[in-house]
Amino acid sequence: MTNDVYIIGTGQTPVGEHWGLGMRELASAAVVEAIADAKTEGVDALYVGNMLGGALNGQENVATLIADAVGLLPAEALKIEAACASGAAAVRAAFLAVASGVHQLAVAVGVEKMTDALPDVVTSALATAADQDFEASHGLSFVALSALMMRRYLYETKQDRGAFAPFALLAHQNAATNPKAMFREPISTEQFLGCAMAAEPIGILDAAPVCDGAAAVVLCSKAMLRPHHRPIRVASSSVATDTIALAARPDILALRAAARSASRAFAAAQCTPEDIDLFEAHDAFTIITALSLEACGFAPRSEVLKRAAEGYYARGGQLPISTFGGLKARGHPVGASGTYQIAEAVLQLRGEAGPNQVPRARRALTQSIGGHGSVAVAHILEA
Amino acid sequence: MDLPRYHRLRAPYYRLEGQRCGSCGSIQYPSRTACRSCHSRELQPHPLSGRGTIFSYTQVGQPPQGFAGPYLVAMVQLEEGVRVTAQLTDVEPHEVEIGLPVEMVVRRLREYGPNGYLVYGYKFRPRIASRAD
Amino acid sequence: MKSKIPVGILGYGAYIPRLRLHTKIISAIWRAAGSAAPAVAEKSVPALDEDVITMSIEAGRTALERAGIAPDRIGALWVGTESKPYAVKPSATVVAQALGITPQLVAADMEFACKAGSEAMQAAVAFVGSGLVQGALAIGMDTAQARPGDALEYTAGSGGAAMLFGPASGALALVEASTSFVTDTPDFFRREHAPFPEHGGRFTGEPSYFHHTLSASRRLLNEVGREPKEYAHAVFHQPVPKFVERVAKELGFTEEQVRTGLVARRMGNAYAGSSLLGLAAVLDVARPGDRIFFCSYGSGAGSDAFSFQITGAAANPRRGPTVEDYLSRSHHVGEYGEYLRARRKIRY
Repeated sequence: MTNDVYIIGTGQTPVGEHWGLGMRELASAAVVEAIADAKTEGVDALYVGNMLGGALNGQENVATLIADAVGLLPAEALKIEAACASGAAAVRAAFLAVASGVHQLAVAVGVEKMTDALPDVVTSALATAADQDFEASHGLSFVALSALMMRRYLYETKQDRGAFAPFALLAHQNAATNPKAMFREPISTEQFLGCAMAAEPIGILDAAPVCDGAAAVVLCSKAMLRPHHRPIRVASSSVATDTIALAARPDILALRAAARSASRAFAAAQCTPEDIDLFEAHDAFTIITALSLEACGFAPRSEVLKRAAEGYYARGGQLPISTFGGLKARGHPVGASGTYQIAEAVLQLRGEAGPNQVPRARRALTQSIGGHGSVAVAHILEA
Repeated sequence: MDLPRYHRLRAPYYRLEGQRCGSCGSIQYPSRTACRSCHSRELQPHPLSGRGTIFSYTQVGQPPQGFAGPYLVAMVQLEEGVRVTAQLTDVEPHEVEIGLPVEMVVRRLREYGPNGYLVYGYKFRPRIASRAD
Repeated sequence: MKSKIPVGILGYGAYIPRLRLHTKIISAIWRAAGSAAPAVAEKSVPALDEDVITMSIEAGRTALERAGIAPDRIGALWVGTESKPYAVKPSATVVAQALGITPQLVAADMEFACKAGSEAMQAAVAFVGSGLVQGALAIGMDTAQARPGDALEYTAGSGGAAMLFGPASGALALVEASTSFVTDTPDFFRREHAPFPEHGGRFTGEPSYFHHTLSASRRLLNEVGREPKEYAHAVFHQPVPKFVERVAKELGFTEEQVRTGLVARRMGNAYAGSSLLGLAAVLDVARPGDRIFFCSYGSGAGSDAFSFQITGAAANPRRGPTVEDYLSRSHHVGEYGEYLRARRKIRY
């Protein structure tokens, strides 16, 4: 038997190019804000989600660094790494700690500082999520691997790149009213269609930006809840994996880890896709958004793009996604994104999302994906 | 310069060497501890023919460190039934399409600067002439 | 020189890069309007991901496939080149590893300017002919360097071939005899750190190319007791087509006899690969009983001359890409800047 786990506090830094803030400043700001929001004092453990601290910042032992910076020593502190899903994986670690009863209150923070390094160094670092010997060492960049998926998808579905525009547009639309978002301007279909190519058919407007940021959530057991809290229950937490190399998958368009993490999350939360009011998807690339919707059972492949065109996934639609801008427009500081998703879902379920509010939001699915679907971390949160 | 790592990789990089399972006969690339199909450990080295077709492709404009762009990359469907990702060479972007027959060649993958190690490995190009069988 | 054990060519393979440069593009940058036309209309250019190692691997693979012998029968491999990817680290070991020939073999790189490839052939004949090994792979391959604007830039091409020698039984061509003629003649050279060679202009002609090629050729014809007209084909080193035409005439070979081997007309001078590529082009079409005359030239200076005869054995010799396949596979580099990048002449 496991204990119920609740989220009682969130914190987020704005996402952007923070020339004046390093990793410890970013993470500290998020953790301090989350702890203040939770109005709590005793933290048993800190789990830090971070992917590129070693590759880009010359810093490992990141959890100790942050615990020290925030004043949480000598508590348990560990770095959790799952490529671009590290932030959600840190929440997963905190969930396990509290659900198991080992800890009563744990903080999970995702942090990434990407903008100190030059572009080719960042590109190499991101490629460490791929298979080094059989993908990265052959010059495959992370964008290129996603482009292989998108090109194949367009070929098999006989679609054009333009059919993916709604995902980019809705993300920017939602980010326009999110003060923490990196991009605050909506974009048009014309801009999407005419944008430069990152790796054809992926255009720069299909892709999330390189940026810095940190987000944190405070998780606790039922026994720690107080009347002043606005707790959001973690109804389920699930992780699944698939091959690290894209070429090793029988179907490169089937995000099996995403599918499995979602179906197990639904089972554990005793609900179905129809019960979900909003979905924070891993929209690092529009192709991943589309494949995630399919993998999680929200729509068959033939319906996904059609529904997108009809506004199904936009704010006000039947299944809002990327409600604060998503990875695409709020931003994707890689190891932190998973925690941003969860912090945003908590705000939605509390009714504190302001102009971005999804009406009557009761259940949210968040899913963070690492390495082209090689690892997926899903959470279902309930008001 | 990762000299030992590249040294370990010379069989797959120079010869596209994978494995043939002595139990069920299936071919896998790259090599693993056990057969992906039947989990047997009875595996023999097996160089793949290098012949295949393009399954998907793209062009890299922002390369990782050590690579000079732009260049084409592809996922190739090899005739043994396995897929491999690699660069394409000897072909113009407009000549590439899904289904194009290609063959494996050994080319310079990377140079660690003007004084550094040269990494050789497989790429794929449009087939020239029918090679042996 | 005749080996104790009869030796033949079991298989061969060629390689020419796909890229071409019209030499008039060089003229447009460096020469005055109305200047004499370049000696060749276009030359082959290696892509950025090609070098002597990659090209030798491909030529070697074709040679092995055509010979149809198991790789472990090959006991020696030499790569003759003047554009080694490493000044110190043998190209031969990378090539041998890629061909699956390692580890039981003699391997090294050879240098003798444009005759480094035929140098490897002499060594191959000796190792097989003395019974030391059952198979020896001799490769001549180059990505020739030339200073921008220099006369050599108009002709310096890339390519070469691999010749697999073995015991005469089962060979597609027999080695009747060979000879070498070598002196210290400083017509063309390159110091260790220099990116481009120096040359002596007209000194590279009569006292160099012609003196050594004529001397070695006459010596060999004398040794085997044959006349030029007995040969179906004659292959010479090809710095420019005119040199081949003149040396052929002086020896008594006809234009017809040298035509097939004169690949330089379509791709320029592949330095250590040049004469072997010419030989490969001849082997692609020669018929049983045909005699083939071969004489290379390398600056510094010297020539290796060989007399071959095609046997009756078919031995699947012509599987795989022919020299013509490579010559007709071409993509033109549009402009001089693109060429400079491909040839790594832009330093940054």
